Amino acid sequence: MNRRTFLKTMGIGSGILLGARPRIIHASGPLPDSATVLVDTTRCIGCRLCEEACAQANSLPEPDLSDLTVFDRKRSTSETAFTVVNRYMAGDAEIHVKTQCMHCSDAACVSSCLVNALKKEKEGPISWHTNCMGCRYCMVACPFEMPKFEYHSAAPRIRKCTFCYATRLVNGQKPACVEACPMEALSFGTRSEMLQEAKGRIANAPGTYVNHIYGEHEVGGTSWLYLSAVPFDQIGFRTDLGTTPYPVLTKGYLKTVHGIDLIVPPVLFGLAYLSRRKRDND
Amino acid sequence: MDTQTTTETFSLAQELKPKRPYLTPFNVITAPVILLGVVLIVMRFALGLGSVTNLSQDFPWGLWIGFDVLVGIAFAGGSYVISFMYYILGKKVYHPIVRVTVLNGFLSYSFYAGALVLDLGRPWNAFNFLIGNEFGVASVMFMVAWHFFLYTLLLLVEFVPAIAEWIGARRLWRAVNWVNLVAVVLGITIALGHQSGVGGLFLLAKAKIHPLWYSPLIPLLFLVSSMFAGLCMVIFEGSITSRAFRARLSDEMGSTHDTIVISLAKVCTGIMAVYLVLKIFDLLRGNTWSLLSTPFGAWYLLEVIGFVVIPGALFFSGARKQSLSVIKTAAVMAMIGIFINRFNFVFIAYNWTEPVRYYPSWMEIVVTLTVIFTELWVYRWAINRMPVISERPRWARAHEHDRDNDNRSQAV
Ligand code: SF4
Ligand code: SF4
Repeated sequence: MNRRTFLKTMGIGSGILLGARPRIIHASGPLPDSATVLVDTTRCIGCRLCEEACAQANSLPEPDLSDLTVFDRKRSTSETAFTVVNRYMAGDAEIHVKTQCMHCSDAACVSSCLVNALKKEKEGPISWHTNCMGCRYCMVACPFEMPKFEYHSAAPRIRKCTFCYATRLVNGQKPACVEACPMEALSFGTRSEMLQEAKGRIANAPGTYVNHIYGEHEVGGTSWLYLSAVPFDQIGFRTDLGTTPYPVLTKGYLKTVHGIDLIVPPVLFGLAYLSRRKRDND
Repeated sequence: MDTQTTTETFSLAQELKPKRPYLTPFNVITAPVILLGVVLIVMRFALGLGSVTNLSQDFPWGLWIGFDVLVGIAFAGGSYVISFMYYILGKKVYHPIVRVTVLNGFLSYSFYAGALVLDLGRPWNAFNFLIGNEFGVASVMFMVAWHFFLYTLLLLVEFVPAIAEWIGARRLWRAVNWVNLVAVVLGITIALGHQSGVGGLFLLAKAKIHPLWYSPLIPLLFLVSSMFAGLCMVIFEGSITSRAFRARLSDEMGSTHDTIVISLAKVCTGIMAVYLVLKIFDLLRGNTWSLLSTPFGAWYLLEVIGFVVIPGALFFSGARKQSLSVIKTAAVMAMIGIFINRFNFVFIAYNWTEPVRYYPSWMEIVVTLTVIFTELWVYRWAINRMPVISERPRWARAHEHDRDNDNRSQAV
């Protein structure tokens, strides 16, 4: 850990500890000081030490890092692997991409949950809680297919990247994967710092990166940001998700229903009155 | 005291006993399925959803949500449409079927929305949305869940008069009768919310549902299709009930059946025409018509032409020619269309780029049949005992007559 990231980590950590947190949780637009990781796919070598660290930090089955066949096909995260690294070929170049829950700024999963079992912590991470009913609507809603369900358990949970929130972040530590990365492909800081860092890298190394930070605007912004040397659709990202935060998709409809609940009863009583009067007059 | 009431003295033990004969074809077929289903349900709770379903991380919802909840609730739509036409618009021709539709609605909601519990991973938390642990007010699912719950209660209130007549509880009957209109009005309002809401759930699945089906209009399309789906179910179920329970049919019910079916066919024609216009508008709005030449486009056209346009046209001609068989064919076809449409949202046009597809396991199918058959058992039990399609006790009829006369002077 170099001095700068150490200070940054301490900064966020103590900020969290001292309660110097942003007050508004459902803000419109991403919060500049929410905890954020920047993934630089040009630095990633596919060693999967982040996968191992994640498994250890979350008591999941540890991956076999010597098994290189995992790169033969695209893998998804699962209920027992909250992060996976995939390999893509862009021309001759091998590009490795770590995936996990994006910890969206205004998350689909949070707005889908009928009991607020998925919650945005004040510092940004999205956490799952045990009041969940197991309806799996969050799985339907998440555009990144990140919530995973324990189908073979009698007391199943929704599982996904926790951002190491309760175990590390609140103690002022970085997420386990960030700490494990030997290439500094993962950097941790506030969102505004990470955006600034990403923009700096694009500006300082012309030609190295495409001029796009995935997650800056996608689905209203995410707390995991990505840099890439090739267009994002070539390395497994969906580029058709748009920039509208997902909760907006249902907001108008829900308002309409509230309107219906208020307006329709008096109208129906009125109609019933009229039709009875008409019948009586006949 | 008139003789009718004396002969109808109520005895619970008597009423709970199954009626003979026991070895009917219906019993012989359904009983083993139900028994097997119960075993599978026990297994499902002991070992997890994965032990009986083919659900996966890519297809979190399958047959149980698709059929039990989406299709089942659409088919139960008859209860709010008939209530609207009878109580609100004052269309007296529907009088004989109001009660049976309400019973059907109540049982559908109890069983199909109830079957949701089978699908919940953590059913011990099923009531968290009710007791405030916690209220996820931004969720369409929250709205739908509350509306399901309230609507089931309201249907029960609407059905209490039949129960009261059955057990001869005149006081209860009178107490409930005056809240009936309130229950009806709130029921219709709430039905609008959740019938559209089950579609509204999929607004968040924008990244997953094929663009021919994904649309901001999904809630409206679900609402309108629930109206004709519900009426088709009324037609379908009415023709079966009137045959299976011929001996119980009241004179009024028996003599008006055909007229009612024909007028329902007319209403269906109208609603399906509206639905079709909305579908076409949606194609133009989403600019998705160019996708019609893809395989999913063909599937879409089959749904819309084969199971909306054609049954709609059959309803039209059936109503004109007064042909019950044409109308019943139309109803069945439109109902198949609802299956296709709802399944599209849950797993056919959902995650359509995913190469590994979901299809229900035989165990999911058996459990679904168990839910349906159990519902039918309860339905039969109720029909055979309560005055639903049969003649109502004289005191209730007399009282209702008085009330209608009162209304004449008081208006509502
Ligand atoms: S990626 Fe999915 S699970 Fe993670 S915060 Fe966003 S919507 Fe929620
Ligand atoms: S599965 Fe749990 S966390 Fe996901 S939407 Fe349902 S109740 Fe919420």
